[in-house]
Amino acid sequence: MNADGMRGGGRTLAAVDPAPEPPRVGPGAVLRQWFHGEHGVAPIVVGLVLVWVVLAAIAPDFLSAENLVNLTLQSVPVGVIALGVVLVLLVGQIDLSVGSVSGLAAAIVAVGTVTAGWPFALGVLVALACGMAVGLVYGVLSTRLGLPSFVITLAGLLFFAGVQLRVLGPLGSINLPFESWFVRAVQQGFLDPRVAWVLVAVWVLAYLGTQIWARERRRRAELSCVPWSQVVLRTGALALVLSATVGYLSTARGVGYSVVLFVVLVIIADVALRRTRWGRSVRAVGSDRRAALLSGVAVHRTVVSCFVACTTLAALGGILAAGRLGAANQGTGGADTYLTAIAAAVIGGTSLFGGRGSAWSALLGVLVIQSVANGLTLLDLDQATRFMVTGAVLLGAIIVDMLVRRRRQEA
Amino acid sequence: MNESIEPGSALPRTPAGPVVSLRGVSKRFGGVRALVDVDVDVHEHEVLAVVGDNGAGKSTLAGVLAGAHRPDSGQVLVDGAPVVLDSPAAARALGIATVFQELALVNDLDVVENLFLGHEVGRGGFLDEVEMERRAWQVLDQLAASVPSVRDPVRTLSGGQRQVIAVARALLGSPRVVVLDEPTASLGVRQTAQVLNLITRLRARGHAVVLVSHQAGDLQAVADRILVLRLGRVHGTYTGETSYEDLLAAMTGAVRPSPGRR
Ligand SMILES: Nc1ncnc2c1ncn2[C@@H]1O[C@H](COP(=O)(O)OP(=O)(O)OP(=O)(O)O)[C@@H](O)[C@H]1O
Ligand SMILES: [Mg+2]
Repeated sequence: MNADGMRGGGRTLAAVDPAPEPPRVGPGAVLRQWFHGEHGVAPIVVGLVLVWVVLAAIAPDFLSAENLVNLTLQSVPVGVIALGVVLVLLVGQIDLSVGSVSGLAAAIVAVGTVTAGWPFALGVLVALACGMAVGLVYGVLSTRLGLPSFVITLAGLLFFAGVQLRVLGPLGSINLPFESWFVRAVQQGFLDPRVAWVLVAVWVLAYLGTQIWARERRRRAELSCVPWSQVVLRTGALALVLSATVGYLSTARGVGYSVVLFVVLVIIADVALRRTRWGRSVRAVGSDRRAALLSGVAVHRTVVSCFVACTTLAALGGILAAGRLGAANQGTGGADTYLTAIAAAVIGGTSLFGGRGSAWSALLGVLVIQSVANGLTLLDLDQATRFMVTGAVLLGAIIVDMLVRRRRQEA
Repeated sequence: MNESIEPGSALPRTPAGPVVSLRGVSKRFGGVRALVDVDVDVHEHEVLAVVGDNGAGKSTLAGVLAGAHRPDSGQVLVDGAPVVLDSPAAARALGIATVFQELALVNDLDVVENLFLGHEVGRGGFLDEVEMERRAWQVLDQLAASVPSVRDPVRTLSGGQRQVIAVARALLGSPRVVVLDEPTASLGVRQTAQVLNLITRLRARGHAVVLVSHQAGDLQAVADRILVLRLGRVHGTYTGETSYEDLLAAMTGAVRPSPGRR
C-alpha cells in the first residue's frame, strides 16, 4: 500500500538501496501486530472469549444478560484499582498497598459522611486527597532515597491497613445511608438506553474521525498511510463490540453509571499514555530508566506522577467498593484485593518488568478475573476453587507474556 | 530542507571566548580518579577532539558536559558564566547535546519515539506524530541512514543503525555544542563519511563540537585541536595536524616519541 514516494513502513532510506520491503499492512500483518505489537491486546481477548465459552458451557446462566450486568458492576472497583496498578507497572515500579489504600479511602468516606456529617462530595474529596498524598510520599521515597517500591509499598500495605482499622473505630463497620445519591448512583444508576446508544455513536464517530484526520495529515506529509480497508475494519469492529455490549446489557438493567466512569477513566489513561509527552516518558522510564534520563526525560517527576495516579485510583476504587456494598468495613480492600488488582493488570497484558502494556489491560484483565469468580460462584464453588483457578489463569498469562517477550527479543 | 539539523541562519555571534569551559574539574568513582583537575575550553567554529587510552576518562569528560555526571570539584562555565549541569535535560536546555558511548536509546521505543524522547513535538497538548515522523525522515536522510522503518523498535536495529539514530537525535533541535562519544565506532565507511561531513558542516555553521574518538582517520579529517587525556589528567593539547604516532606517544605516556618513529 506504500505508493511510490510514500515513506513509512517498508521504505528503505538509503537512496542507493531502494530494495522495497514487503508492505507490512496486509491482513496477516495486522493480526501479527495485534498479537505481538506494542499494544497487543489480542491474546487477552482470545483468552477472555475462551473463559466465557468454558463458563457458559458449565454454567448456562453465566451468559444471561442479568448476570453480565452483575459482572460489569462487580468488575468496576477492582478494575479502577487495576488501572492504577497498570500505571505503576508501566513505569517499572509496583504498588502492593493499593488494597489498604482503597480500604482506607472507603473508611474515610464512611466516617466523614456518617459519623462527622460531612457532605458526601467532601468525603470523597478528602479520601481522594489522602490517596494522592500517599502516592506522593511513595514517589518521593522511591526517587529521592532510591528505595525499592516493593518494600515501600509493602510497608504501606501494613501501615494503611492499620490506619483503616483505626479510622473505622471499634465498630469496624459503618453503613452508608442507603438514600444518599452516591450509593444510589453506584448501586442502581443505569444509563437510559437512548443515552447509551448516543454515547456509542459518539465514541464510534470520534474514533472514525480521528483516524480519518490522522490519515489525511499523514497523506499530506507524504508518509505511509493505513489502507482504508483497515480503517473500516477497525471502526466496524469497535462499533460491533460496543453495540453488542450495550444492546445485550440493555435487555436487562443496562450499563451502570460506575461502569461508564470506569470505561471513561480507561479511555483517558489510554489517550494520555499513547498521545502525550507524559505517556511517552512513562514508557521510556519503564523500559530503560537510565536511557530515558540521559535523553532528558524528567524521570523523577514521571515516577512520582505514576505513584500518585495509582494511589488516587486505588482510593477511588475503594470509594466505589463502599458505594456498591453500601458500607465500609474492615474487609473493604482487604484480603486479596491488591493481589486481584495486580493479577488483573498482568493478565491483561501489562508487563511486570515495565514499559509494556496498555490501559485496556486493566479492563480486560479484570473482566477475566471477575468472570472466573462470577462463574464459579454460579456453580456454587467456593473461594478455594476460585483462588486456584485465578492462580492458574495468572500463571498462564505470565507464561504468554514471557513467550511474547522472548519472541520480541529474538526478532 | 535542512532545518532540522542546521538553523536557517548561522548562530548569533557571541563575544569571542569559549562557549563551554571546564575549570579544575575532578571526578572520582570510589577509588578511581576518572578526571583530575581538568581544564578544557570549547570554542565555536571548532572541533575539539579528545583522545586517550581506554579508561582515560574521556566518557567521564563527555558525561560532565552532558549533565550525566556532577563533578566533585571544579566549575562548568557556559559563555563564561558558571552553570550547574545537574541533569541531561539541564545540559540540553543550555544547548549541549550528547551522543553517549552507550547510545542511551530506549530499546522498546521506535525510532521516531527515540529521536524525540525528552523533547517531543506537541500540538495542543498531544504529540504531533506526523510532524515528528516527517522530521525524523529528514534528519535520517541527511545522515544517509539506512533504517528499514522508523516505526520499528530500535531493539530490532543493528549496532551501526542504532549509532546513526543516536547521532541524529543529538543533532535535532540544532544545539550549540555537540558532544560525540565515539560516534563512528561501529559505523560503516559511508555512514562514517556522512557523520564526519556533518561535523564539518556543524563547525562551518558556528557550532562547537567535542569529538571523542579512537579513529585516526576521524581526527585527521575534522579535528582542529586534540586534547590528550591520560589517567584522568590533561596531557597536553595538540593541533589537528599532529601525527597519530605523536598522539599515541602522548596517550601512553612515552612523551618523547622514539627517534625511529620520527
Ligand atoms: N559509573 C562509573 N562507576 C564507577 N567507575 C566508573 C564509572 N564510569 C567510569 N568509571 C571509571 O572511570 C575511569 C574512566 O572511565 P571512562 O569511561 O571515562 O573512560 P574512557 O576514556 O571513556 O574509556 P573508553 O575508551 O574505554 O571508553 C575508568 O577507570 C572507569 O573504570
Ligand atoms: Mg568511553
